[in-house]
Amino acid sequence: MSGVKDNEELRGPHNMKSDIEPGEQQLVSLVEVEDAELARKQGESRSQGQLVRRRFFNHKAAMISTVVLVFITLMAFTSIGFAGIPGWWGKSYMMSGTVINGGAPTMSLLPSWLGGSGLAIGEHPFGQDNTGKDYFALVMRGTQKSIIIAVTVGAVATVIGAIVGALAGYFRGWVDEVLMRMTDLFIVIPLLVLAAVLGQMAGSKLGGSIFALALVLGLLTWTGLARLVRGEILSLREREYVAAAQAMGSKTSRVIFKHLLPNTIGVIVVNATFAIAGAILLETSLSFLGFGVVAPESSLGLLISQYQNAFTNRPWLFWWPGMIIVAIALSVNFLGDGLRDAFDPRQTKKTRRRKKTEEGQA
Amino acid sequence: MSIASEQATKGGTALSFENLSVSFETEFADVHAVKGLSLEVYPGEVVALVGESGSGKSVTSTAAIGLLPPNAYITGKALVGGVNVVGMPESKLRKMRATDIAMVFQEPMTALNPVLTIERQLTESLELHGLAYGKDATARAIELLEMVGIPEPRKRIKQYPHQFSGGQRQRIVIAMAISCDPKVIIADEPTTALDVTVQAEILDLLRELKDKLNTGILLITHNMGVVADLADRVAVMFRGSLVETGTVDQVLNHPEHPYTQKLLASVPRLAVMDVTDTWVPEPADVVDPDRKLVLEARNLVLEYDMRGSKFRAVDDVSFELGRGEILGIVGESGSGKSTVAKAVLGLLPVASGVLAVQGTNLAALRPKAARAIRAKIGVIFQDPAASLNPRFPIGDCITEPMVVHKVGNRASRTKRAQELLDAVHLPRTVMNRYPHELSGGQRQRICIARALTLDPELLIADEPTSALDVSVQAAVLEMIQELQESYEFACLFVSHDLAVVDLLAHNVVVMKDGKSVEQGRVTDVLHSPQHDYTRRLLAAAPVPEPGEQAERREARRLLMAMENPDS
Repeated sequence: MSGVKDNEELRGPHNMKSDIEPGEQQLVSLVEVEDAELARKQGESRSQGQLVRRRFFNHKAAMISTVVLVFITLMAFTSIGFAGIPGWWGKSYMMSGTVINGGAPTMSLLPSWLGGSGLAIGEHPFGQDNTGKDYFALVMRGTQKSIIIAVTVGAVATVIGAIVGALAGYFRGWVDEVLMRMTDLFIVIPLLVLAAVLGQMAGSKLGGSIFALALVLGLLTWTGLARLVRGEILSLREREYVAAAQAMGSKTSRVIFKHLLPNTIGVIVVNATFAIAGAILLETSLSFLGFGVVAPESSLGLLISQYQNAFTNRPWLFWWPGMIIVAIALSVNFLGDGLRDAFDPRQTKKTRRRKKTEEGQA
Repeated sequence: MSIASEQATKGGTALSFENLSVSFETEFADVHAVKGLSLEVYPGEVVALVGESGSGKSVTSTAAIGLLPPNAYITGKALVGGVNVVGMPESKLRKMRATDIAMVFQEPMTALNPVLTIERQLTESLELHGLAYGKDATARAIELLEMVGIPEPRKRIKQYPHQFSGGQRQRIVIAMAISCDPKVIIADEPTTALDVTVQAEILDLLRELKDKLNTGILLITHNMGVVADLADRVAVMFRGSLVETGTVDQVLNHPEHPYTQKLLASVPRLAVMDVTDTWVPEPADVVDPDRKLVLEARNLVLEYDMRGSKFRAVDDVSFELGRGEILGIVGESGSGKSTVAKAVLGLLPVASGVLAVQGTNLAALRPKAARAIRAKIGVIFQDPAASLNPRFPIGDCITEPMVVHKVGNRASRTKRAQELLDAVHLPRTVMNRYPHELSGGQRQRICIARALTLDPELLIADEPTSALDVSVQAAVLEMIQELQESYEFACLFVSHDLAVVDLLAHNVVVMKDGKSVEQGRVTDVLHSPQHDYTRRLLAAAPVPEPGEQAERREARRLLMAMENPDS
């Protein structure tokens, strides 16, 4: 899944794609042919980024996931408002009220001609909890927090992982030894235990801010990316453009940040998405165990943990946050898949091509 | 388009293509790689398929062995011993491989599995095809190794690939190819990865084997010297079509198609070596009092750190390079020629001795001063595919040295890039294109432009044309020469190709195992070599003229016999 490989893929057909246009003088030298082609080439020049984007937009699963993700995020942030800005959903997640109809969800999606009660949202679409709080507002609040945590963790882990990996891979020798042994150290300690202890400590020091928790989780989950980036840099640093940059007199920082890291963007982006999916699940597990987000704040994991006993008689209290966790984690994973295919196009479309070849031979 | 060969009357072909077309479905458009090709290879005959990159020569051969990727769309026929393999099911095709058609690959380093012994790899195909088992197979394998000239085969068969040299590994690959007595062997650039002296030996071996085994050989190569040395007939491909076929004498000495003519004209040729000792050297030039030394090495020693122990790659080498001169460094792989270039570029520290650029000793400089001096040195590397950052547009690639050394502003940088693009004959519009949109030759021209951005005093060219096609190589060499005249930089030109150095350089250093064996003016060293090693190198380089090459082959044999009278 390296940027290097897809360069080769892109590079391949260029020499071959060369049908001489009728009426043109016949060229007999490869140099002339190539130059003529270059001169004839019109239209936008596509950068590697644009090529990747194009392939990504053609990836159906990834595009559907993006839509789902954007929808969930928009719902979460606009419905109950964020950072003091009021949302369009009138009820607050803090406000308790009278429990109507045992707190059952009022949302109905089954049209009346199919025996349902028609398309309606009702007063409490996701139902109410035992103190009569609107469950939709609660779930949206939890989703907000989970998304914030996931993105922060993803960003922190990616930055640390990429830098540690790049330094270890570029300098090798003792720098590599020290950084990689440190990475090993983080890997051998059970993540959940460490995250629980550190998250608790950070939470109590900073007054239960979810950012503190996110930061701690980010500081613990960069190890996988560091290893991948290190491997990638180790092979990239032998390339001649790196030697050319060094020979030009570039500073080490320029070589690393201008020439090496941008070329590992494939690995980094793909792993950032998986880190986000992992962070959502990690936060959920921590909150479920009671070490993550604490009430009166809300998070999806916390909601599940609070209402796990309600599973038999009021299952919606369990299902709504659960479904949203699954939806977010799945779509982020699909997004990562799409990005990986976009960065390494050789993994896709094999079946379709083979089929065509067989038809041709028959 | 095929010509009637005398063997045609004797019966079946070993390999023949009838109107073969191959196209690949890619992301953007279908690429038509081979367009209606017809060609025959008869038993005991070597047909050379020559062409430049993108001509479809490798695709043709891969179609015959059925190893094209699944996005290939093939029409026409490829007959191996009279059986059409196009569209044949994989299981049947697998039975034909090795017994009917075998392949010799370009890179002997990667064609053998490093974790299996030679014995295991040689007996594998024998056992798979049920020709011999157990002790019989081993005996046959030893016989094969003997046939390809591996000394002490009984002992060495137990060894692993890394214990053999590159040439020996290629011999083993050839032994594997002939193990099941195939009707035809496809040799895809079999000597390209090898040094010239080893190449000459492998060519001798192939010639010997095809006579002994009566196998047809389809030789795919871009090297006209190899064609002249080995082939009986030649087929020239250009952009997917055959443009010319004929006997080696017809095609190489009397080419008819303009493409072939141009191709042959762009092959650099070595002047005839004088071995009769009647060479009178031109009188030495009077030393110009104004001659400014740009690069000077005195007793230079360079070492690689191999996990604690030092490996001495360059040992006690001295040379001088004045302004406006080109100094060639030639040698085979492992001779330390590229290491010298690396040291000048500051990619390797100097272990001892002096390496001075314009009188400043690089070894004694602080990092900051050393960075400043890099502005005076431009560099061109071997692989145009790897020497441009794929994420930089061409304009940024060219102006990068200015950015690094903080020269000029945005407008002046753009202007400089445009000037340089004009100088390397590329349209200014490529500024915004990306390296992957350019061909290898064009990319190498961008590298030249980048090397000249800061008007360097010294240009380091490390095998700048060895990854390029002959005609492209000719254009690039011409360009270097032209630019050198107008910009007057000194150039250190590292190459394994003696003909290229002969064409371009004024002075030459011949290196072997880290030591300089002979140095001086090109006219003296390459035309009347004093050292045996230089003579051997010169004798081993094949020339693209069958008659002359036959003579050179004989001369080389005599030279070798003179040197080792006991063998």
